[in-house]
Amino acid sequence: MRVNFTVNGRPQEADDVWEGESLLYVLRERLGLPGSKNACEQGECGSCTVRLDGVPVCSCLVAAGQVEGREVVTVEGLAEFAKEREAHSGCASGACGTSIDEAKRWEAKPAQDSQTGEGVELSPIQQAFIDAGAVQCGFCTPGLLVAADEMLERNPSPTDADIREALSGNLCRCTGYEKILDAVRLAAARQGEAV
Amino acid sequence: MAGTTTGIPRDVTQNHTKGGVGESTLRPDGTLKVTGEFAYSSDMWHEEMLWGQVLRSTVAHAEIVSIDTSEALKVSGVYAVLTHEDLPAAKNYGMEFQDTPVLAYGKVRHHGEPVALVAADHPETARRAAAKIKVEYRELPVITDEASATAPDAILVHENRTDHAFAHVTHPNIVHRQPIIRGNAAEAAKRADVIVKGEYTFGMQDQAFLGPESGLAVPAEDGGVDLYVATQWLHSDLKQIAPCLGLPEEKVRMTMAGIGGAFGGREDISMQILASVLALRTNKPVKMVYNRYESFFGHVHRHPAKLYYEHGATQDGKLTHVKCKIVLDGGAYASSTVSVVGNASSLSIGPYVVDDVEIEAIGLYTNNPPCGAMRGFGAVQACFAYEAQMDKLAAELGMDPVELRQLNAMEQGTIMPTGQVVDSPAPVAELLRRVKARPLPPERQWETAGESADVRALPGGLSNTSHGEGVVRGVGYAVGIKNVGFSEGFDDYSTAKIRIEVINGEAVATVHTAAAEVGQGGVTIHAQIARTELGVQQVTIHPADTQVGSAGSTSAGRQTYMTGGAIKNSCEIVREKVLEIGRRKFGSYHPAWANAELLLEGGKVVTDGGEALATIADVLEDQVVEVEEEFRHRPTQAFDIVTGQGNGHVQYAFAAHRAVVEVDTELGLVKVIELACAQDVGKAVNPLSVIGQIQGGTTQGLGVAVMEEIIVDPKTAKVRNPSFTDYLIPTILDTPTIPVDYLELADPNAPYGVRGIGEAPTLSSTPAVLAAIRAATGLELNKTPVRPEALTGTL
Repeated sequence: MRVNFTVNGRPQEADDVWEGESLLYVLRERLGLPGSKNACEQGECGSCTVRLDGVPVCSCLVAAGQVEGREVVTVEGLAEFAKEREAHSGCASGACGTSIDEAKRWEAKPAQDSQTGEGVELSPIQQAFIDAGAVQCGFCTPGLLVAADEMLERNPSPTDADIREALSGNLCRCTGYEKILDAVRLAAARQGEAV
Repeated sequence: MAGTTTGIPRDVTQNHTKGGVGESTLRPDGTLKVTGEFAYSSDMWHEEMLWGQVLRSTVAHAEIVSIDTSEALKVSGVYAVLTHEDLPAAKNYGMEFQDTPVLAYGKVRHHGEPVALVAADHPETARRAAAKIKVEYRELPVITDEASATAPDAILVHENRTDHAFAHVTHPNIVHRQPIIRGNAAEAAKRADVIVKGEYTFGMQDQAFLGPESGLAVPAEDGGVDLYVATQWLHSDLKQIAPCLGLPEEKVRMTMAGIGGAFGGREDISMQILASVLALRTNKPVKMVYNRYESFFGHVHRHPAKLYYEHGATQDGKLTHVKCKIVLDGGAYASSTVSVVGNASSLSIGPYVVDDVEIEAIGLYTNNPPCGAMRGFGAVQACFAYEAQMDKLAAELGMDPVELRQLNAMEQGTIMPTGQVVDSPAPVAELLRRVKARPLPPERQWETAGESADVRALPGGLSNTSHGEGVVRGVGYAVGIKNVGFSEGFDDYSTAKIRIEVINGEAVATVHTAAAEVGQGGVTIHAQIARTELGVQQVTIHPADTQVGSAGSTSAGRQTYMTGGAIKNSCEIVREKVLEIGRRKFGSYHPAWANAELLLEGGKVVTDGGEALATIADVLEDQVVEVEEEFRHRPTQAFDIVTGQGNGHVQYAFAAHRAVVEVDTELGLVKVIELACAQDVGKAVNPLSVIGQIQGGTTQGLGVAVMEEIIVDPKTAKVRNPSFTDYLIPTILDTPTIPVDYLELADPNAPYGVRGIGEAPTLSSTPAVLAAIRAATGLELNKTPVRPEALTGTL
C-alpha cells in the first residue's frame, strides 16, 4: 500500500508498504530517518517515541496505515519543531502545545554538518542532554528527548516527581537516570530564564 | 569531591590546553546522538540489501533428526536458506573454547540455539520463511543444575572435550574449577567464637543493552567481506569469524558501527558470522537486526549462581576464616566461564583480611542459556553472598555491620587469598565511613501539605497501593572488590595510532584505536588525553576498525587504563619526535631547546618554566608524525590449579553503597529511596563521565536486587520471560537518587593513576539493597531478585 503523511513538516509518500509494517519501520527503513530507535519493538522501552499529531506514541506500536494524512515529529525534526514553537507561541502557560495548523507550516532543515554535528542548532532539551551528561550509549536518547520536550511543553516547571512520571515509559540502561533528571531540570531552568 | 592525589609524577591537569585530562569535557558524539544522526549498527542501510533471519531451537536439548528447508525456499523474495551443511569452513567458534556451533549440527544444547538462516528482501518475508523450515527433534533429558550435571550417569553436554580446562575438572560437565587454599581454615575455625553459615542463590541477569544485536555484511569483490557491527572487541571477533568463513583475516574488514550499550553482552559473537555467511552466499549485502525476543537468546547472560558460605569470627569481631563454594551455571557453551570462575574464586571473600580460607568455584555446562561476561564478571555473585554473611555475622556478634566491616577491611599491603599483595590504595574503611556519614533522606516523604499522600513517593507508586500503611524503612550497607583488566597471565594490551599534522595553520591530532565506545565515554577521554599530551586543541577520533592493532575488549573496566594508556604512550613518542624536529630546526636559536624539559601546551613548545619556544605548527610545517604502538599493563600470573596462589590480577577497584529502602510489608513492594555510593576512582579523567558510570552501574545492581531475572523453567530449560514485558529493568520511577562521592587515590602503576571504575558499583549495590530490605523486614532473603512473594510469605 501507499502511505501519505507528514514527517517533520515535510509531506512524505511511502510506497510498497506491507500492511503489517509499523510506523517505526517506515521511518527507519523507507524514509531514511533512523533516529527513532528499535530497542524492543513491543512498546515497553519508549526508544521509538515520536509525536503523532502532537501526542507522544511508541511508533513501533502504530501501524503504518494509521498515520495516513497525519503529522509525525521525530527526533530528527525536534530542534526545528522547538524553534517554531518558540517563535509562534512561546507557550509559557503550560497548556498550549502546538496546533496542527502551526505544525503544518514548518519544515525541518537538514543539519549543516551531519558528520560531526558541528554548527547544528539544537533544541534546549537536546543541548541540556549533552551538557548534563545524560547521553551515554545514546540509544534511549531520541525517545527520551521527544518525551521530555513534550512534557516541558505542557509543564515548563516540573517537579522531580513530574519528570519521573512523564519519563517512566522510557527505559535507559546506561545512566541510572540521574543525569537525565539533571538534563530536564537544566532545560526547564534555561527555558524559564529565557521567558 | 574531596580527595587526595598521590603517585602521579607530574600534575598534567594544569596546562593551557583546554579540555585535557581531569576536565568534564562533553562527548564528541553528543550532538549526533541527540539529533538522531548517530549511526548505530541497526541503522545501516545498503542498496539491494537483504535481511537475514535466524531460526532458533524451540527445545533446550535434543538430537536433530532432520531439517527440511524446501517450503521456506519456495517463498517469494527468499534468496537463501542455510543450515550447518552450507557453512563454508569451521563450524564452531568461541572466545575461550571453540565449542559453539555457528548453526547447530547433531544436537541442540539450549533453548534458542541457531539452527538455520534465511535471507530475503523484507524482514517479514525472512521471518515467515524461517517459520516454514521444519526441524525434527528427538528430545534429550535436560541438565539444569549441579546435581543433574555431575551425576555419575549424567548425559554429557559436550562429548570429547579437548579444551585446556578439561584436564583438571572432576566431571566433563564442569567447565572449570578453581580452588584457593590459604592458611588452614579448619584449624582457624577452632578459634572462632561465632560461626555463621549461609546458602545464597543469584538469579540470571540480562545485560539488556537497548541497541539490539545487529549489523551489515557487505560482500567484497576480492571474495572477502566488509562487516559493520557493534561489538566490544573487534579483533577477538575477527579471530573467530575468519576461520568460520574460510577467509584470511585481512579479507574480513571490520568497522565498528554505533553501539547501543554492551555491559558484557557483546563480548561474544552474535550475528557477525551469520550475516557474513549469508552475504557471501547470496553475494548481496545482508542486514540483520534481532528483535528484543531474539536478543534474549542472542547473547550470553550473567551466570546464575549457588553460593555456600561459612564465616567465623572471634568475639571482638575479627574474622578467623572463610570457607565457601561457588557454583556458577555456564549454560550450554563455555563463553568466558573459565575467567568468570577465576574471578569468583579469587574475589570470593571480598575486601577483607582473612588469612585462613578454603575456597572452591566451579562453572557448569548445562542446557540452560549460555552465560558469560556481564559487568562485574563473577565478582557480583560473590559480593551478594559475602556481604549477606557479614551482616549475619554482625547480628550474631551484636555489632554494627559497618564497624564489623571496617574492623576487617583490607588496606594497601593486605594479602589476598591468592597470595597477591594489594600494592596500591585500598580505602575500604574510608568508603564505608563516607556513605555512612551522609545524612539520611527525610522519612515519610510521601506526606504532603494537603490531606492526601503523594503516592509517587511510596512503594507501588502510581498504582496507588498504599498511603503509607504498612510501610517500613530499612538501611543497609555493602562494599565490594573487583579486579580491573584481564587477569591470570593473559597478554592484555591495547594499541593506539596517533598522528599529528598541521591543517589550516593549526596543529591537529588524530587518535586511531580499535576500542569499542559502548557509551562509557572512551571517545571523550581519548581526545582529552591527546590534548594533554600533545597540547593541541583539535583532536579527531578515527572510527574504530581492524586497520589498526587490537585495543582489547571494552570490558573489565580496562579501557581508560589500557587504551587510555596506549594513547598516552603513543602521544609521548609523538611528542618526542615533534621536539626532535624542533631541536633540529630551531635548536640554535634558544638554549632551552637543549637544556630544558620541554612540553607541548596550547599549540606551542614550552619549557617546564612556561616559556614558549615555537608553535607546533611552525615546528611541523608540512611534516606529519605518526606512531602506532602497543601498551601493556604489568604481567599477571595464572592461579595455581590446586592452591589458587598467584599474582593473578592487575589492579583492584573498590566501591561501597548505602541503601535506604521503604517496604510495603503487606504487598511486598519495595521502593529504594536512596542509593549512595562512594568509590575510589584513582583519577577522574572526566568527572562527569565517572559519575555517570557509577550511577549506571549502581542501577544495574539495583535491578538485580528487586526485579531482574531471566526465568528458566527447571523442567524444560526453556526461557519463560524473553521480553521487556516480563524481564523488568529499572525505570526512572524505580531508580532513586544516587549521590556519588569519589576519591582519587592514584594507582602508581597506572597511567595518570586511573583505576577502572565501571564495574565496582555494580557489585555492592545489590547487597546494600538486600541488606536494607532485611533491616526493614527482619526476613533472611537469600535470593536475588527479592520478589513480593518473598516479602509477604506467600511463596
